[in-house]
This record gives sequence, C-alpha cells and structure tokens, in this order.
Amino acid sequence: MKLLTHNMLTSHVKGVTKGYPLIIKATEVKVNELEFNAQFVSRMIPKLEWSALIQAAEWLGQSQDLPSALIPDYENDEEFLRKVHRILLEVEVIEGCLQCPESGREFPISKGVPNMLLNEGE
Amino acid sequence: MSSSCRRPEHMAPPEVVSERFQHSRMIEIQTQMSERAVELLSLPEDQPCYLLDVGCGSGLSGDYLSEAGHYWVGVDISTAMLDVALQRDVEGDLLLGDMGEGLPFRPGMFDGCISISALQWLCNADKKTHSPPKRLYRFFSTLYSSLARGARAVFQIYPENSEQLELITAQAMKAGFTGGMVVDYPNSSKAKKFFLCLFAGVSGVLPKGLCSESTDRGVSNQAQFTAQRSRFKNMKGKSVKKSKDWIMEKKERRRRQGKDVRADTKYTARHRKPRF
Repeated sequence: MKLLTHNMLTSHVKGVTKGYPLIIKATEVKVNELEFNAQFVSRMIPKLEWSALIQAAEWLGQSQDLPSALIPDYENDEEFLRKVHRILLEVEVIEGCLQCPESGREFPISKGVPNMLLNEGE
Repeated sequence: MSSSCRRPEHMAPPEVVSERFQHSRMIEIQTQMSERAVELLSLPEDQPCYLLDVGCGSGLSGDYLSEAGHYWVGVDISTAMLDVALQRDVEGDLLLGDMGEGLPFRPGMFDGCISISALQWLCNADKKTHSPPKRLYRFFSTLYSSLARGARAVFQIYPENSEQLELITAQAMKAGFTGGMVVDYPNSSKAKKFFLCLFAGVSGVLPKGLCSESTDRGVSNQAQFTAQRSRFKNMKGKSVKKSKDWIMEKKERRRRQGKDVRADTKYTARHRKPRF
C-alpha cells in the first residue's frame, strides 16, 4: 500500500463518522524506485490531506524533512516535488494493519494489499 | 465471453471463479475492452490521471492504464486474482474489497473509473443476506462520492437480460449519476459490446457506439436511460427467433458460408404485416 492510497482511504463501516485517517501500524515497509512525474505530483498535491500525509510518513519513520505545512509555490520547486513523489509513490507498507481512529477496528495489510472486506452487519 | 460459455457469476461466487480467464484470447479481449473503456472516459489529453479500476482482477486492465501513463488503484474481491496481479508486478495499488460493501475512499479523489466485466457480479446474491439492489446502490453512491466532479465511470458489462440492465441503471441514477449505454457493433453477435457510461456531477454528451461498415446506419446504437429499447438475447444466449438480431446473424452466417445474400438496406428485417 502506497501512502498516496492511504491518504484516500477511510473506514466505510456503517455508522462510523470519523474513519479518517486510518492509523498505520506497519511491521514491514519497502522503498521502491518509481519514475518521477512532476505533472502528476503537482496535480495530486491539492487533493491530499497534507497533515494526514505527514503523520503517515512519521509513523513509517520516513518524514525526512517534509514541511509540516504546504509551501505556497510548490509547482516550481522540483526538489520539493521529488520529496513528495518519494513519500507518495515510493514508500510502500507491505505488512501491518490500518486502524480506524474512531472504532479501533483493524484492517490487515498483507503482501502490500489492505484487506477492506467488512464483516456481517458492518 | 462467447455465447457458448456459461455465465461465471451463475457458477460460483467471484472469489472462486477466477483463474479460468487467463488464456490468451481472453487477455486480448480484456485489453481491447480496457482500451475502449479508457477512450470512453474522455480524459484530458497528455495528462496523467488518478483512476479507479473496479474488479481489477489480475491487473490486465490496470496494465493498460499504466501504459497510458495513468496512476490507478484497483479493487477486487478475489485474493487469488490479486495474487496474480502481485506476481505480474502491476504498478497500481491493490485493495482487497467487495464493491457491494461500498468503496472506502474520501470524496472527490478520482479522475475516472473503469470496470471490465465486473459489474454483473453485483446482480447475483451469493449470500442469503445479500440484496442486489442494496449492494448496487451502496456501490454506486460511494463511487459517485469518490469521483471528482465531472469525472466519468465506464463499465464494460455483459447484460444477461433487460431486467438486469434496468436494475443497474436504476440504482446508478438513484445514486446521482447521469449517462447511458454505449453499444459497439450492435448487429454483430460476436463483436457486440456494452459500455455503461456514467457522468458524476456534470451532464455530458454520450459517446457514439462503434459500427462496422456494412451495418444499417439507421439503427441507433446509443440508449439513454429513459428511452431505452434493447433487444436482448434469451436465457440460452441465442437471439430471439425472427427478431432483427436473429435475421442479421443469419445473413452474416450465410455470407461467411459464401452464399449469395442480399445486401442490407433500411428494409432489412423490417416488420411485415401479417398478410405478407
């Protein structure tokens, strides 16, 4: 699971109102290399919940001088875009789980794939 | 899927019926359908987009998205299929999930959604507690919210009958979508393909279906939700006898056999009065 996906995920259990952001408890994390695309990163930044991203990076020990708030002229700052690209697309949680901040319900992650299947009645 | 294949969603739940669809002809067809679905998405040119692939399976359609320069998230209910996708090292991020339970995303994230041969699974109740209309609605309503305003969702489907199609479109409309069916090659039983094109938030112009050169261009190959008149095959997968589809198929068959067949005109398969 990449952190870009994590930034989008919420708990969709019935009755849960604050199922975002899911708390990451990772036991195995991998860092890959992926081709940098400035246009895509630039476009995705406004969609991101920035504070959730920073928090997720901290949980994984990958916060590495990412600013705690978005800088204003980010489209032209390639160094910044590269840092964002790395944290969004190159850091991957392989094993662990995602925990709902409201209910504590856990969604396990196995082989990089989060299991979002619900139980009866959820 | 040719008409000689039974419908997989009647045989077993989706988690079980999976690996049979791996041989090369299926792969070719899946890739073509993915290409057409992306075309129907009408994404802005030369811009990498963030897309959702519902029922991504082993990642065949996802691969096409990656090749087109897009980033994607795939959802599938089958661990076996997702394992194949992992082995194939697909670029998209994968989620194990049941679309009938709703999509677990916060609002307005995706630039578009495609789904190849997956929606019909929602129309069958695999468990006693499943209610297809409820599951369809939960899926469509969460999809509607997950999409950015103005985004589209394109579903390649094999409709079993018109009731199923009505069920699907009713729940999609209830969830707020506009749009309709695009039918490619409506007169060819083999090549005919159905794409449900849904618009989120903004009404768009429904794309035209593809037709081959020899077909009767007077036949409409688009169907909006409200003025829909579709001629579907009966349960055996064959066209209803003496219907226009049946007549066109018979003429094609005879042409392939090398027999002398009259050319298709606007009078072909026209309904005659009883005393004719």
